[in-house]
Amino acid sequence: MPKIKIEDLDRISEEIKKATLLREGAGRAKITVHMGTCGISAGAREIMNTLLVEIEKRDIKDIILATSGCAGLCSKEPMATVELKGKAPVKYIELTPEKIRRILLEHVLGGKIVKKYALAIGSERVS
Amino acid sequence: MLCAGTACVSNNSFKIKEALEKEIKKHSLQDEILVVMTGCNGFCAVGPIMVVKPDGIFYQNLTEEDIPYLVEEHFLKGRPVQKLMYFPPKGKEVIPKMMDIGFFAHQTLIALKNRGLIDPEKIDEYIARDGYRALAKALTSMTPEQVIKEIKDSGLRGRGGAGFPTGLKWEFCRKSPGDEKYIICNADEGDPGAFMDRSIIESDPHLVLEGMIIGAYGIGANQGYVYIRNEYPLAMKRLEIAINQARQYGLLGENIFESGFNFDIRIQKGAGAFVCGEETALIASIEGKPPEPRQRPPFPAQSGVWGKPTNINNVETWATVPTIIFKGAEWFSAIGTEKSKGTKVFSLVGKINNTGLVEVPMGITLREIIYDIGGGIPGGKKFKAVQTGGPSGGCIPAKLIDLPVDYEQLTKVGSIMGSGGMIVMDEDTCVVDIARYFIKFTNDESCGKCSSCREGSEALLEILNRICSGEGEEGDIILLEELGKAIKDASLCGLGQTLPNPVLSTLQYFKDEYEAHIKEKKCPAGVCKELIQYSVDKEKCNGCLLCAKNCPQNAITGKRKEPQTIDQDKCIKCNMCYEVCKFNAIQKR
Repeated sequence: MPKIKIEDLDRISEEIKKATLLREGAGRAKITVHMGTCGISAGAREIMNTLLVEIEKRDIKDIILATSGCAGLCSKEPMATVELKGKAPVKYIELTPEKIRRILLEHVLGGKIVKKYALAIGSERVS
Repeated sequence: MLCAGTACVSNNSFKIKEALEKEIKKHSLQDEILVVMTGCNGFCAVGPIMVVKPDGIFYQNLTEEDIPYLVEEHFLKGRPVQKLMYFPPKGKEVIPKMMDIGFFAHQTLIALKNRGLIDPEKIDEYIARDGYRALAKALTSMTPEQVIKEIKDSGLRGRGGAGFPTGLKWEFCRKSPGDEKYIICNADEGDPGAFMDRSIIESDPHLVLEGMIIGAYGIGANQGYVYIRNEYPLAMKRLEIAINQARQYGLLGENIFESGFNFDIRIQKGAGAFVCGEETALIASIEGKPPEPRQRPPFPAQSGVWGKPTNINNVETWATVPTIIFKGAEWFSAIGTEKSKGTKVFSLVGKINNTGLVEVPMGITLREIIYDIGGGIPGGKKFKAVQTGGPSGGCIPAKLIDLPVDYEQLTKVGSIMGSGGMIVMDEDTCVVDIARYFIKFTNDESCGKCSSCREGSEALLEILNRICSGEGEEGDIILLEELGKAIKDASLCGLGQTLPNPVLSTLQYFKDEYEAHIKEKKCPAGVCKELIQYSVDKEKCNGCLLCAKNCPQNAITGKRKEPQTIDQDKCIKCNMCYEVCKFNAIQKR
């Protein structure tokens, strides 16, 4: 990675947005598994592994699987945020490998939110 | 307000705008109605979206053809068009919106602005969310003095607990004579129950780094340390990755952004000492000396690590700096109260439904934090008190629940803001036991230099242990108060000076609980084992034998379907029977 100049900041932003933002055409769905210490100690790594295995099993190529840090609501971990192209993101809480498998099938592939496991839809307001 | 997020625009929201303006003009309403384009509302699935204020009517799935009828019916005749409005699906479970959920709706994110949205191990994702723009702005269009002025004007105060004005502290360091200066990030977060700094470093390490580079530029330092406690392996790992990535991009090292400014950061790992959170003990630890605090003056700003001018700030303070530089001091100082500007991150823990990390504007009330954000007390129990500021802080009783949270207000009621730990307690929490817990902690962590702290905390602990085991004596309360005040007076550093606070503040608000322990040998909350007895409520017990089966001491006897009896000689008060009984038939008195 070469040293960057100030002008590079915008270029990098654009590249990342294309690769990670669904509305820029990156894929049809993005699943973010929240992996702060709270999530990991509650089992987030298992959730991530389940997703990796399932995605490979079904040979899906256009789903972005991402990680992030703690989402704030530590008592409801493991959590994951599912975003379908053109739709608002949905936060799922208290996940298990069985639940995330169902979410992958019904929501990500089937387009129907699994309301029973969902906490909320939309995003936080950032100042 | 018409949504002009990408999704709505691609569904012709600009054409809708034109149609709207045309119709409004046609009916001569242009002086009464303003058409405003906004950013994405988030509910992209039902776009194009229009919100009509002040009514707050939410229209969805609009087309150009809908507009003439809408304008005539709603704006001219005052009848909102039902068929175009959003209604939650009937009869089906509706998922609440994020901003409908109290936990998220009442928060204002500045230090946590990237939470949940970026991979902390990828610098590019940080950059894509306005990362390092503040640094670029500072290095290219601001002098170091202007950077300091911006922080001063913002009103930012140290988030590590003491609340000293950050800009002023930076200025002291800048003005100190000498060319070799240092900055330090205090990531030795030691308060039990506090995890704000850990979370910030784990989720957004670059925010802290950017703040440090900007601060170093303002102060004139070329070397920085992050002193991070060893008990945070994930945070340490992500910080190392972030520093390496920043170095590769040239954001750390020589000639950053071709400005001629050089700065680099080293990680210093802690070794399990709470006292290293105290700045002079921390500096001693970096220098390889035993972590003991020293007398101030000289303050670190004049003589710090290696004897050179040093500026130390807490993780959250550094993490707030980039946003202040990017958005401006005026924007920041508009949030919060007169003397406490901006937001504060709290770790909300204890007897609360929504345990987690919250960032709220200064001035918010405890009631809002505990009920609106925290979701109240689990099990419908009564709220009793909230402990703020960790072992240096105090308990704020339920009657003060409408207290606005800021530095001055918390100090006024006998507690402190501290680093942000907020431990909620309910009717089943014994405050004497809590005070004892904190004294045990600080007694353990005392470095030993000052007799008042070393021996004083030992004495406090001994008295509290006696009280909790039923051996409290007349005069103990007065002794605790005198001893507490003496320790505060005679100790050199913040650890000793504040360790009596949990005792003094619980004595201030819950003296009756201490008296019950001492005079009646009872623990009203049912916690102190030597003072409580477990017994079976004969009226509620139906003889299901669940408790008897779970008792590790076989202390519960009785026939099936008849009320049970607990043998007090065998009972070790492990609480198992209380936990497994489904009929609330076990009493703790």
